[in-house]
Amino acid sequence: MTNSNIAISVRDLTKCFGTFTAVDHISFDVGKGEIFGFLGANGAGKTTAMRMLCGLSYPTSGSGTVTGFNVCTEGEQIKRHIGYMSQRFSLYGDLTVAQNLRLFSTIYGLTDGEIKSRMDIVMKRLDMEGMADARVKSIPVGWRQKLAFAASTIHTPEIVFLDEPTGGVDPVTRRKFWELIYQASSEGMTVFVTTHYLDEAEYCNRVSIMVDGRIAALNTPAALKARYHAETMDEVFRTVAKNAQRSE
Amino acid sequence: MNLRILGALLRKEIVMMRHNPIIPKMIVGLPILALLIIPLVATFDVKDVEVAVIDNDHSLLSRRIISDMDASKELSVMAVVNTHGEAMDLIEKDKADVILSIPQHFSRDISQLNVEANGVNATKGMLGMQYVVSSVSSTLRDANMEEGRNVPDSLASVLYRFNPTLNFKHYMIPALMVFLIIMICGFLPALNLVSEKETGTIEAMNVTPVSRTVFVLSKLIPFWVTGILVITVGILIGFFVYGVAPAGNIACIYLAAILLSLVMSGLGVTIANKSATMLQTIFVMFAFIIIFQLMGGLFTPIGSMPEWAQYITYAVPPRFFNEIMRSIYLKGTTIFELRSQFIWLTAYAVLAITCAALTYRKRT
Repeated sequence: MTNSNIAISVRDLTKCFGTFTAVDHISFDVGKGEIFGFLGANGAGKTTAMRMLCGLSYPTSGSGTVTGFNVCTEGEQIKRHIGYMSQRFSLYGDLTVAQNLRLFSTIYGLTDGEIKSRMDIVMKRLDMEGMADARVKSIPVGWRQKLAFAASTIHTPEIVFLDEPTGGVDPVTRRKFWELIYQASSEGMTVFVTTHYLDEAEYCNRVSIMVDGRIAALNTPAALKARYHAETMDEVFRTVAKNAQRSE
Repeated sequence: MNLRILGALLRKEIVMMRHNPIIPKMIVGLPILALLIIPLVATFDVKDVEVAVIDNDHSLLSRRIISDMDASKELSVMAVVNTHGEAMDLIEKDKADVILSIPQHFSRDISQLNVEANGVNATKGMLGMQYVVSSVSSTLRDANMEEGRNVPDSLASVLYRFNPTLNFKHYMIPALMVFLIIMICGFLPALNLVSEKETGTIEAMNVTPVSRTVFVLSKLIPFWVTGILVITVGILIGFFVYGVAPAGNIACIYLAAILLSLVMSGLGVTIANKSATMLQTIFVMFAFIIIFQLMGGLFTPIGSMPEWAQYITYAVPPRFFNEIMRSIYLKGTTIFELRSQFIWLTAYAVLAITCAALTYRKRT
């Protein structure tokens, strides 16, 4: 991969909380436009790693770049070029759908004209036309997750980080959600996604599996299945993660 | 600073505040309730002081002293007894608050009079004693004048300046407004911020390029406006319900109210920044607020605290606001005369807001 094609590149990224090493010297590259699956059992360090990449958490050691900016020193610049959808639902429940989207677009510096056209596109894409004035806390979970995705990508960031975006979502909506991810990816957005649904791992271009803070395996789903002589990603995951020491 | 983002965040705060089931009611309800009820019930005015009189003189003068005292609004003579033992008995049974002993031949030789007060209820005993002394003094003065004698110099004339009737409400209403600003401008922004931590929406903000100053300001500004509203409600209720109007410049009162709102909201946000949960925030805020209420000169005068404690009150910002409010309300003091209080308050405001912005961490 040449430098201009790289969205994320980290070397020996480490995060310690006291004596506990949550993320232990991880190194990988993610190419532009790639859908990169970030798998691992609960407590493996996925969220911690992702928070470092988003500029929410300082790495203890190691180095890396996200959208060309240094993860250790240029967190605020990174934030201008990425979107982040957290594991916890993080839109404002008391605000309407439109108010939430407008708030986030304003924060990312979109002009009033851009906000209007982006919101029209997003509402159509989410099949949420007519729901613009619904208060967010009153709409079902599946819709909310799609809405959170829309809010985190309203400014067409270079990379979007999704932390278990489909947790608690029904299979039909999950399917729709992945269609949104593909659409974003086809428009050139890099997608960095964690999930516990291993069928979703099959949709990714490349997958990494974290075990006890380290990356234990990283390749395309097909290559991983071939290497571990497995039929499905589920089997691959069980083989790789079975030696994990940590649990929640 | 990006004003467009600040505007968007403020709109968000206003929508959220409007949809909150409790906060808007509290902002309107608390000042009204506090100002309508507390001045009537939390009064330090002492009425119905029971006096036991030991009359050893049995003269016209002594009887006149007793009947004048009984006629006064604050005092009632509950018994005239013969011995000191009987009077002490009444004190012990909590029937009398003050004992007045009139010595034999008092009418011939006005020299000495004994007044003893029950110190269990210190306020009532102290004030009761003063009432008794002033009642006796005025009887003696009247009697002397009627007989064409000079009024003895030793009898003091008491005149309360600025609050001539010593009406407790005049003292209480400015103090209640201090209390309200401490509560509303201190607690609400702290709770607001920490609730964003608890719901996780703060994460969504921290991952955006929004600057921490803008974000913290969006948390503070709504409560500065609220502080001004509270003061306005307070001034209106004070005037229309109790007839208490500020003797000094109203603009100075508003300036001081804004400064105290800055101090309290800055403190609230700083505490919220350092806490992880609502419970932590509430406990720490309570610790500060109790000290502020008790050491700020709100209920007990700072001048009667021990000297070391008086130095500590310089670290209690509401102290300065209290002084400003009472001076302007009762005396009509000008901002120039209160400059040192204003300077202190401004310094605390700058400090609190700086701390609020600096302790906010977008990254851990």
